[in-house]
Amino acid sequence: MTKYKMYLLVCGGTGCRASASDSIVENLKQELETKGLQDEVQVLMTGCFGFCEKGPIVKVQPDNTFYTQVKPEDCAEIIEEHIVKGRKVNRLLYEDPENKKHIEDSKHMNFYKKQIRIALRNCGFIDPENVDEYIARDGYSALGKCLSELTPKDVVDQIKESGLRGRGGGGFPTGLKWEIAAKNEADQKYVVCNADEGDPGAFMDRSILEGDPHAVLEAMAICGYSMGATKGLIYIRAEYPLAIKRLKIALEQAREYGLLGTDILGTGFEFDIEIRYGAGAFVCGEETSLIHSMEGLRGEPTIKPPYPAEKGYLGKPTNVNNVETYANITAIINKGANWFNKIGTEKSKGTKVFALAGKINNVGLIEVPMGTTLREVIFEIGGGIKDGKKFKAVQTGGPSGGCLTEKHLDTPIDFDNLLAAGSMMGSGGMIVMDEDNCMVATAKFYLDFTVEESCGKCSPCRIGNKRLYELLDRITQGKAEMEDLQRLRNMCYVIKDTSLCGLGQTSPNPILSTLDNFWDEYVAHITDHKCPAGQCKDLMKYEVVEENCVGCTACARVCPVGAISGDKKQTHYIDPAICIKCGACEERCKFDAIIVK
Amino acid sequence: MSSIKVKLKEQDLNKIKEICKSFNNEEGELINVLHKTQEHFGYLPAEIQEVVAQELNMSVAKVYGVVTFYSFFTMLPKGKFPISICTGTACYVRGADNVLQEFKRQLGIEVGETSEDGKYSLSCLRCVGACGLAPVVLVGDKTYGRVSAEGVKEILAEYQDK
Repeated sequence: MTKYKMYLLVCGGTGCRASASDSIVENLKQELETKGLQDEVQVLMTGCFGFCEKGPIVKVQPDNTFYTQVKPEDCAEIIEEHIVKGRKVNRLLYEDPENKKHIEDSKHMNFYKKQIRIALRNCGFIDPENVDEYIARDGYSALGKCLSELTPKDVVDQIKESGLRGRGGGGFPTGLKWEIAAKNEADQKYVVCNADEGDPGAFMDRSILEGDPHAVLEAMAICGYSMGATKGLIYIRAEYPLAIKRLKIALEQAREYGLLGTDILGTGFEFDIEIRYGAGAFVCGEETSLIHSMEGLRGEPTIKPPYPAEKGYLGKPTNVNNVETYANITAIINKGANWFNKIGTEKSKGTKVFALAGKINNVGLIEVPMGTTLREVIFEIGGGIKDGKKFKAVQTGGPSGGCLTEKHLDTPIDFDNLLAAGSMMGSGGMIVMDEDNCMVATAKFYLDFTVEESCGKCSPCRIGNKRLYELLDRITQGKAEMEDLQRLRNMCYVIKDTSLCGLGQTSPNPILSTLDNFWDEYVAHITDHKCPAGQCKDLMKYEVVEENCVGCTACARVCPVGAISGDKKQTHYIDPAICIKCGACEERCKFDAIIVK
Repeated sequence: MSSIKVKLKEQDLNKIKEICKSFNNEEGELINVLHKTQEHFGYLPAEIQEVVAQELNMSVAKVYGVVTFYSFFTMLPKGKFPISICTGTACYVRGADNVLQEFKRQLGIEVGETSEDGKYSLSCLRCVGACGLAPVVLVGDKTYGRVSAEGVKEILAEYQDK
């Protein structure tokens, strides 16, 4: 890697690739070749930088220049100005929203200032398709250390001492899980990586696999060593083609280097990994469902115990951890459990990756120490709410989590605090909502998801969630009565108490938390037949304001269903029985003569 | 779930058998077999499921159970240009529903259906992970970001003459 003087790192995450980062790489390479600089400057496609809002990103090393929203046609200018003449292309630099100054070095961006990157340490720094770059950043040294210096028990003890808890949602202590799996004797054991990231709005696991696949492979091998397993399986969503491709490349390279296979690093230790494909079922994030799916069956959960650590894949002891959990392992082995457990809060150690999305200025992937407050995440790192609107709620934990409000903003984020606030950590999706989002509709959105994803095995989840959805639907249509709110709450508790697996046990959370935090909004739908956020279509009514209407007929012409009548230069009328509330007329009207009630 | 009647040709039969064989005709490989088969044929009608069941020596009901359990598998053929609207949470809060309604209106089909001329099919998917571009629409492999209801016409226009 020493022969190049400069590096142009181009983000190759799914978001940036969707905005043509492939052609950016091509154009940059071509421009370098025409200038004869291809041996001086290397162009690399890396994993996600995290700052998806302003993608595609091009970063210049070693000076850390951070170009945002780069288009393929900008490449010539970057090469000509920055590389040849040494002048930064100002118009592509990130502009500080507060003082409108261009920021040259990404270290000074608010987005990155408060972040500590452990799980994402290599994302955006290395070429994920080249094992040498991973090795150059201490890759596979943790595995080497385990195999040559530590006993399997030492490894388990280190992980236990680090205080690492499962990042997939539950927060179960990882070391303890490993210990149980290690103690169960069997002729064959399995190490499983759960990469079935089904939580909508969370994309950290995918970004890790796309940006640093070897970190997961190495950690799985370490886990195999600690529990006495020789086989690993990665269960990944088929919807993640890029992550799958990079994993396959990583597996091949690791085998070629003798980092997987028989006799790893000449120590006699044997371990290899296979990929298994998910096929789009949210419930498969649950351990027992995931195992059934890997066995080729319907991904339905079974009662625990027996836990997978006793009887898992093919009835053998199996350890299942999530991608982000594994991504922390090598850092813990390399830097020590005591380094790791000094980061974070008393009961939640280390960092957590969050996918910030929704109505927030800086959509992206961030990693912060446990204990960071929601306010810091949303307003400092996230840059506040889009279009200067008012913050209303943040949803954490996906369909199993809840909506937190203004009063929770100063709560330090960790597993226990989020649970106490009526939400949960989940896999780390964080969806920010503003005043235009209706919380009843949001709860309905999540229930729609749950109803679709419920596997149907146990009736509380299969039937109960459907009933919850119907109640919410009635509320959003203005057809519910006040008693329905009590019915809603009671049913939530029954479903939580009686469902078989985590899906049903947590699915009422979005309703309960919005009932607690946004009671008035529910009441407004029921008693006033109004949606305060103006989102619920059935409660909207488009009307013409007589004084403003000049009779230009623009609205009547744009109406797709012919609901607007009126002669030229006469006041128009919207027939509420025909109107489908598409809003096209309101958008078209130049005279503010159409309002929503 | 409805399905259309298809008549498998000799070569189709052989292809399915070949895929099953590449996984050693093992029952536990069913999902992998179905992935490969769908990749080749585009969808998994009942007739194909029957052959798979026979080859893996399991009941058709079991195969059907798995096919209908997972949203990735489909028993209906997709359109020439399959349109998928992301309805993940990030896209939802930024207005994916309006985009979906507009596609339905313009194409005159519901989610899960294919237009009569076989050109477009409409489906929803949960999060492609490009949340920075929300709301996101996929047409085939091409990703469209920050789509609004008004932008739907423009997207469809791209495929009109193709």
